[in-house]
Amino acid sequence: MRLNQVPRNCQCKVLALCWEMIRVIRSARTQGEERGIIQKECADIRAQFRQGDNGERSHSLAKLLYVHMLGYPAHFGQMECVRLIASPRYSEKRIGYLGAMMLLDEKQDASLLITNSIKNDLSHSSQYVQSLALCTLACMGSAEMCRDLAPEIERLLRASNCYIKKKATLCAVHIIRKVPELAELFTPSARSLLSEKNHGVLHGAVVLITELCEHNPDTLDQFRKAVPELVQIMKGLVTSSYSPEHNVAGISDPFLQVRILRLLRILGHNNDTASDAMNDLLAQVATNTDSSKTAGSAVLYETVLTIMDINSESGLRVLAVNILGRFLLNNDRNIRYISMTSLQKIVQTDHNAVQRHRGTIVDCLKDQDTSVKRRALELSLALVSAVNIRSMMKELLIFLSTCPPELRSQTTSGIFNVAERYSPSKRWHIDTILHVLTTAGGDVRDETVPNLIQLITTASELHCYTVHKLYRALVKEISQQPLVQVACWCIGEYGDLLLKGECEEIEPVQVTEDDVLDALETVLQSHMSSPATRGFALTATMKLSTRITDNVDRIRSIVSIYGSCIDLELQQRAVEYNALFKKYDHMRAAVLERMPVMGKNSPGHTNGDTSGENKEPDPSKPKPVEAGLLSEPASQVCDLLDLLGGTDTPLQPNPAPTSTPTTTSSTDLLDLLGGLEPTPVLTETVYEKNGLRLKIQCDKQTETEVMVTLIGSNSAQNDITNFSLQAAVPKSVQLQMKAPSGNVIPAHGLGQVTQTVVLNNPNKVSLKIRIRVSYSNQGVMHQDTVQIDSFPSPACQPQSALCDTYTSSASP
Amino acid sequence: MQFMLLFSRQGKLRLQKWYVPLSDKEKKKITRELVQTVLARKPKMCSFLEWRDLKIVYKRYASLYFCCATEDQDNELITLEIIHRYVELLDKYFGSVCELDIIFNFEKAYFILDEFLLGGEAQETSKKNVLKAIEQADLLQEVRRLSLATA
Repeated sequence: MRLNQVPRNCQCKVLALCWEMIRVIRSARTQGEERGIIQKECADIRAQFRQGDNGERSHSLAKLLYVHMLGYPAHFGQMECVRLIASPRYSEKRIGYLGAMMLLDEKQDASLLITNSIKNDLSHSSQYVQSLALCTLACMGSAEMCRDLAPEIERLLRASNCYIKKKATLCAVHIIRKVPELAELFTPSARSLLSEKNHGVLHGAVVLITELCEHNPDTLDQFRKAVPELVQIMKGLVTSSYSPEHNVAGISDPFLQVRILRLLRILGHNNDTASDAMNDLLAQVATNTDSSKTAGSAVLYETVLTIMDINSESGLRVLAVNILGRFLLNNDRNIRYISMTSLQKIVQTDHNAVQRHRGTIVDCLKDQDTSVKRRALELSLALVSAVNIRSMMKELLIFLSTCPPELRSQTTSGIFNVAERYSPSKRWHIDTILHVLTTAGGDVRDETVPNLIQLITTASELHCYTVHKLYRALVKEISQQPLVQVACWCIGEYGDLLLKGECEEIEPVQVTEDDVLDALETVLQSHMSSPATRGFALTATMKLSTRITDNVDRIRSIVSIYGSCIDLELQQRAVEYNALFKKYDHMRAAVLERMPVMGKNSPGHTNGDTSGENKEPDPSKPKPVEAGLLSEPASQVCDLLDLLGGTDTPLQPNPAPTSTPTTTSSTDLLDLLGGLEPTPVLTETVYEKNGLRLKIQCDKQTETEVMVTLIGSNSAQNDITNFSLQAAVPKSVQLQMKAPSGNVIPAHGLGQVTQTVVLNNPNKVSLKIRIRVSYSNQGVMHQDTVQIDSFPSPACQPQSALCDTYTSSASP
Repeated sequence: MQFMLLFSRQGKLRLQKWYVPLSDKEKKKITRELVQTVLARKPKMCSFLEWRDLKIVYKRYASLYFCCATEDQDNELITLEIIHRYVELLDKYFGSVCELDIIFNFEKAYFILDEFLLGGEAQETSKKNVLKAIEQADLLQEVRRLSLATA
């Protein structure tokens, strides 16, 4: 028999109206038709509301609530809710309160209007009316309403029947969540509620105490004394004989058990006494609970969480982890998921215990469900150690090739992290990264490319192997940008090793210069290549010009083509490289030399100071700015700048644009003159060798600016050709080199080359300049460096010892 | 619990109970997104998913999805039991409940829910007591009506 069968003559007529409307709405065939029906119905409802008290109001409101659930606006019913709540009829109150919970929330002003009704109803003679008020307050009571009505609730908590008490308790929970200061109002009564026998009240009491403890550590201390009582209650539930009223799948009131366990967890956390008091109970629950159905598993789950979070004995912890291990093998996917969530929480603290279940966890990587997969992935990554890295990585790489797209970037990051921490060898590390780039190159983080390049440079014995591998990968396909970028960089850098053909670790394959250039050109021309990738390819092509012998012309032509490329970055590079071919051919070898080993950099952090635009090491360009990041300056390119505190002024071929100064002033430079007074012009010889003499002539000196002319003369028998000067200055100084008068110095002193240099020194630091002299004499290239610490001037103070207090820029 | 939604396989909302204050617009947005997410799940997948910063527990009974949003510390398995208990209550009340019962008697579904959960927490763990309370309240509703009719 259906419980809602009541005398038909009363209910039928009025309810039928509501059902009729619903039926009509559902029969609408289109959205438009439905809207029309709704509009008509709403008009009817509005008319009903206006008519006032006629016994039909509650059904009109019910109709409106249905309309509201379909998604249509129903705010004109708000006042009707307020009116109905104030009605003396229970049926009207009931629907009025329901309407309030659905249409009013604390954000609406109208909600305040029902506060008075609620207050009155809380003291109503009928407990069902009281119940309505309590329910509504707990559902949508605003902070203000809560403050108003808290004393009432507290009274009901103490002195009422169980039906009301259990509701008042949960209402108090809501009040505390809204107005935490009111917690102390409820604390005294909360403890005594624990002695109630009624499960509903007990459950509410436990929830209330939990809330109180979470809010206030002092209260938590207080309630620790309740641990024995709670343990007793639990024992009663666990060992009690079958009680049909509360039994769920053989567990007596699992809802209450779970809440008590959760409260025990909070009380036992970080407290030995409390933890000891609950030890036995937890062991009992853990061993005796039947977990064949969800109810039992829920209780076991909560028990495990509690055991792991309090100061439990090690035996108990092992028991808990074993339960989780059993859960891992459960057929029910939900249980497996829960188990992994819990294992994740304890994998750091109980690492060895969790390791025992590694196999099962790795198997879960193959589960169909993405949530389970995600959990398994996180756990697997946490379980990787130096011992199992090889086998785990195999599994992870298999997972990567089949994992759902939303997990890919998490997987690649995770793989890179563990590879970095535990890789058994450099080669393995590089192989692993290459594998990831081939499988999921689109889902790796941006730093992967520079990180990999840095790793490759450190593994010098593997350069040959690496470049061969990368070349082959490149030839296969060029769609994965990070892989292509790294490959291009390596080919550019180690192209000579590639062409040599042999490599111990990989079967030899003959690669010709044309092959390599073909590969790079394919990248350059492909529509799949991003602009950054093409930059890499162009630079690599350029670098090869010093590493190959036969096809330099081909490179020249490639470079000159891109001189008119639409992409500005590529165009600029091509133009610069073009210049390197033409006017500055003598510098080309130096500029394109093998890069030194790079120090490890985290993104965004650079050693030494850099100017605004060059925050990240940019291995795609052989810029001397790298000098600032080196731990061991191995090439001459770096020397020049290294000792001047990491100035990032690039070597200046003439004429050069004015370099932008950084805002930090250099440290440690000798505190020489503040400013130099204007003095008569003097000349000083700074360099003399092979017949070449370089003099510096001071033209103008002010406090913040110095203009000098460098004069080169040649007393040797042969002309000096390809003469060029480069200069570097301390960080805060601006350098401007005007065009030289020429680059050939005739022999026998028959001519000079002069070049004017302007130094802008706004911070008035001690001026120093380092000059590199390059020239050819009788077909032999020479290069020398000269440091000038003081400028010729009669006002010069006696010089201190020549400084080597230039800070090396390469400080970690 | 932060909220509970019941919706059909076509995504039509049959019941919505919110225990946190949100504007109508926000509620609509959350409903739309969550319904989409849950409906996209395959049948054999697990009943739990992480969505925004909430734990979503859902289960399908015939043509209706029951979906609860819980917080971090809540026990997902017991939430499944709560959902199941609610379905049992509906079933006992309507007698082999089906979706149509909940459509046409939605206010009753709310009343039952409000006797079982209060402020997002279970208020009564005995099935019998919940059903008894509903029965009494229903009678009270009718008695008033009767007395009105005779007045």
